[in-house]
Amino acid sequence: MNEYVLILISTILVNNYVLVKFLGLCPFMGVSRKLETAMGMGLATTFVLTLSSICAYLTDHYLLVPLGLEYLRTIAFILVIAVVVQFTEMVVHKSSPLLYQTLGIYLPLITTNCAVLAAALLNVQAQHGFIASALYGFGAAIGFSLVMVLFAAMRERIVVADVPTHFRGPAITLVTAGLMSLAFMGFAGLVRG
Amino acid sequence: MMMIVAIVALGALAGASGLLLGFAAIRFKIEGDPVVERIDALLPQTQCGQCGYVGCRSYAEAIAAGEADINQCPPGGQGGVAALADLLGRDPKPLDPDLGPEKPKMVAVIDEQSCIGCTLCIQACPVDAILGAAKHMHTVIARECTGCELCLAPCPVDCIHMQPISPTITTWKWVYPAAEARAAA
Repeated sequence: MNEYVLILISTILVNNYVLVKFLGLCPFMGVSRKLETAMGMGLATTFVLTLSSICAYLTDHYLLVPLGLEYLRTIAFILVIAVVVQFTEMVVHKSSPLLYQTLGIYLPLITTNCAVLAAALLNVQAQHGFIASALYGFGAAIGFSLVMVLFAAMRERIVVADVPTHFRGPAITLVTAGLMSLAFMGFAGLVRG
Repeated sequence: MMMIVAIVALGALAGASGLLLGFAAIRFKIEGDPVVERIDALLPQTQCGQCGYVGCRSYAEAIAAGEADINQCPPGGQGGVAALADLLGRDPKPLDPDLGPEKPKMVAVIDEQSCIGCTLCIQACPVDAILGAAKHMHTVIARECTGCELCLAPCPVDCIHMQPISPTITTWKWVYPAAEARAAA
């Protein structure tokens, strides 16, 4: 039990995917302009990351390892992730057309979100079990969503702030992201190991 | 041997994924586009065609398809643009000035003294709000009239004019503070 709580805290705060491991920066910069899109992207990524972590674990544990095909991990995981994303896209399109339109191109782009592949590969590296894998993916996604929402809220304020001309646009966004990353470094050492 | 195992294993994985997606494509099939319905619900339903489309429905379809912008509906006004922007998650923009100004809500009134009963306005009315027959006086059902002004042009004796609807105690709406309207613009 304790181990699972540690996994969650570690992935959400200490080893945050976006700000500490610098994974998934493309949607972090691209979809964080509005709070609602950021939330939608966070939700979609949470769903995909958790599901793909589970599927990748199952594929690895029941297909690749027994057949001695560990060297095919990356390509098999990419296949699994692409299927999960495609499936999510269909479900979202059916159940929430507005969310589908809001996410737009970013929903299929989750396929190439390196955070998703990283979660699957890091799970194998850390030799996580089934539940631990699912929690690791879920925690990573929650951390991603948390940072997305915080960052979107900040960007909405920056838009109306009086920023010096040369810092406007992507410059101030990247500066803010860097400061936020610094702040998240403060969590390092919160959990040992 | 190893290679064949690898090919078969990945092939089976890909095949199973393909089957799953094929099943999902049938199970989660989309009938129609629900976004069009929600855009259509926000439009004023005047069917006036000022946006360049035949009616509110086809304008809604054009917005959903990304062909039309959200600022082409003068009867909907700036409030309508803001509502569309909110629904679609886009930034609101000022109304397109080429398509005519934003007017208060109006209703057509036929001057019954001059009406010659030509039925031309009946054919022009998109919402069937004009009642009458050939060689008989016509009149407008005010409750049905959307104020689209499409009946003005065909009238040969110019007996139709637009009358603004003055708010009554049941139709009066709270006027938003000016600052909010400016922020939306």
